[in-house]
Amino acid sequence: MLKAVTFLKESTQGGMLSWSAQSQAVVQFGLRCHEVEALALENGIFPARYQRNRNMISIEEQLKLFRSRVAVIGCGGLGGYVIEELARIGVGHIVAIDPDIFEEHNLNRQILSTPATLGKAKVEAAVDRVAEINPAVTVTPIKDYFCLANGSEQLAGAMVAVDALDSIPYRLELAEFCTVAGIPMVHGAIGGWYGHVATQLPGDTTVQSIYRHWVAGKGIEQQLGNPAFTPAVVASLEVAEACKILLGKGELLRDRKLSIDLLEMEVHEISYPKVPPVELVVAA
Amino acid sequence: MLITLKLFATFRNGRFKVAEQELPEGTDVRAVVLSLGLTEEEIGIVMLNGRHGELDSKLSDHDTLSLFPLVGGG
Repeated sequence: MLKAVTFLKESTQGGMLSWSAQSQAVVQFGLRCHEVEALALENGIFPARYQRNRNMISIEEQLKLFRSRVAVIGCGGLGGYVIEELARIGVGHIVAIDPDIFEEHNLNRQILSTPATLGKAKVEAAVDRVAEINPAVTVTPIKDYFCLANGSEQLAGAMVAVDALDSIPYRLELAEFCTVAGIPMVHGAIGGWYGHVATQLPGDTTVQSIYRHWVAGKGIEQQLGNPAFTPAVVASLEVAEACKILLGKGELLRDRKLSIDLLEMEVHEISYPKVPPVELVVAA
Repeated sequence: MLITLKLFATFRNGRFKVAEQELPEGTDVRAVVLSLGLTEEEIGIVMLNGRHGELDSKLSDHDTLSLFPLVGGG
């Protein structure tokens, strides 16, 4: 290990470790790609692939992201972009959850879908895509539905849960699970030209408030479908929120929801003030 | 009483973005929703004077009511 660190230090140029040196270390020292990345970051060496992160994300923060585990629930329109961005920014462990396989109607927007992946499990496509774009990132695929009953197994160790589901009841189960398990949840939903994002920390009930009028069925996405750009916009906002939670910086979309209308290009913020605790009336 | 009614996203189709409405005293949000030809199932968010409202909230003179459709896709 010491030899590997020495090799990495000697290979550093201008404070950066090139991908070819990282790859060479894998072969030369019989290490896994994520082990080399951990060694580099722990020893203050910045992998060159993250150099454009550097003025926003310090090396300590890059290490924090690398040691983070984020669960992405749903690997379709939103989830595909969420996984892509988490892997590129350098989040070390992604848990990808989805029971479905790709179908032709996914091709207009789901970034993990291609004609070649039709019929393939969405979570398997996520594993392959991340291996291609950032081999230092580990993806744990779970080809199953998320529900309250299997949440503790699927989301074990997750520091953030990113909601990329396409069903309101499952979303409400996720919100309930995250509250019980104490996991911050980034909520996103889309339909046609429209979407919204909100962040819920343990103890908050924003997602439950957002859907408090829900009775049954789907939203406007059922009539409108979803185009290519709406999931990309909403997923990107979700990833920004997830990264801020992991790094403990910035202002979160907490107790408020950003509603986005891409047709009229309007953004509305809706506040969800906390329900104050019921005061006990003590008889005098 | 006079209220300001704001519609968002698909609720604007064939309707309006914003309109003033003269309503009988004691009208609730649900009655306005139904008068627009919408169903309760289609309602995502009810905002009354910038705060989260309910379908059975009673409206008052000079209230601003905003209605957003349900969005749940991924």
